Amino acid sequence: MRYERPTTLKAAAQLLAKEKGQAFILAGGTDLLVRLRTGFIEPDLLVDIKGVSGAKEIKKSASGFKIGAAVSGAELGEHAALKKAWPGVVEAANLIGSKQVQGRCTVSGNLCNASPAADSVPALVAAGAKAVIVGPKGKRTVAVEEIPVGPGRTSLKKGEIIESINLPARPAKSGDAYLRFIPRTEMDIAVVGCAVSITLDGKGVVTKARVALGAVAPTVRLVPAAAKALIGTKMDKAALDALAEACSAACSPIDDKRGTREFRIKVAGVLARRAAVIARKRAGGK
Amino acid sequence: MSGITVNTKINGDPVEFICEADETLLDVLRNRLGLTGAKEGCSTGDCGACSVTVDGRLTCSCLVLGAEAEGHNIGTIEGMAHGESLHPLQSKFLEHAALQCGICTPGILVAAKSLLEKNPDPTETEIRFGLAGNLCRCTGYDKIVRAVQDAAKEMRSGKSAKSKATAKKRA
Repeated sequence: MRYERPTTLKAAAQLLAKEKGQAFILAGGTDLLVRLRTGFIEPDLLVDIKGVSGAKEIKKSASGFKIGAAVSGAELGEHAALKKAWPGVVEAANLIGSKQVQGRCTVSGNLCNASPAADSVPALVAAGAKAVIVGPKGKRTVAVEEIPVGPGRTSLKKGEIIESINLPARPAKSGDAYLRFIPRTEMDIAVVGCAVSITLDGKGVVTKARVALGAVAPTVRLVPAAAKALIGTKMDKAALDALAEACSAACSPIDDKRGTREFRIKVAGVLARRAAVIARKRAGGK
Repeated sequence: MSGITVNTKINGDPVEFICEADETLLDVLRNRLGLTGAKEGCSTGDCGACSVTVDGRLTCSCLVLGAEAEGHNIGTIEGMAHGESLHPLQSKFLEHAALQCGICTPGILVAAKSLLEKNPDPTETEIRFGLAGNLCRCTGYDKIVRAVQDAAKEMRSGKSAKSKATAKKRA
């Protein structure tokens, strides 16, 4: 196995594209090194992108936030402006692993690892985040929900690397939240995860909403019907009931040791309701 | 495979080593540099026994490649005591008998030090969450939490661990 640490993404993309054997991108490494150690993968090449300029930066601009691909969970949690604008995204990212894992893990890696139960991904999807991808044929930008296509599989082509995850600027009276169900208090994999992002008008009516679910389908799922249940309402009981119902209806989960199919379907609705109430509070509603 | 030359700082001292591409920082510390304080528990980032800091940030050395250490400052348990004088956390772990077999102890001390640097006055809950990445199969954690609380108290008051521990024993 070779280890390369290029300083530009272009060079990184070329290394990956040229490699005839198995090549992997190394950012935080909290998933990759485990797979390497357990013999699950036998790479010929690892391309460490932490030396790429901008990879470790969070940039704030008028259009929002640009989170470099190698920014760690801990760094997201320490960024006051990001935490204020997107508290749901940050709380979801900070749920991943221990303090030790937080020091290394990245949301780009969480996205590309393509686990249906990834904690940060529903929050990114609800936030309307975009992934900027650099590859041998240039740059493209896609919605984050288009990256995972199945457990452990992504739509990225050979040689393509995520440069950054971009979060849009926030209109006033906006809030987001992420909740997950785990049988323990911390350090666990989501049985169900749900993220809600909303914007309110001056009267407390929801004008924009995005709702995403994790661990209830082969990929994280954006649920337009759930968003529709909230838009135009003041999130009264009927709207929250409709939200919960839409979320449960969007689930096609598996039965496993962490939760049954029935349980996941039910809990998806419960979490959506609770996450929506937290998002409303953060948006300045009651 | 040809070795990779890595220049780094470990506990403040410049260190150069050669490692293979697939060697973890934990392997390098233990097998090449003789720094065996960091332990290999799970080697999958779950147990925290191999905790070190990279540029002051807590991490599992089993989840970092040796090659990734290039240009970074690594902090290990070996750098915690100053010569013969123990860090307050180390003294308090002894005083409270916050260890039994001792395998998890170096990692827990490194993690607790990192926690107290960010939060000098943590609540019990904050300590338990802060150390959730460090597994101990002997103590049941209670003595560990108490030792960290006591060390934090002493560090806040600025008294040396040694004198207070001695005073307590005499009393």
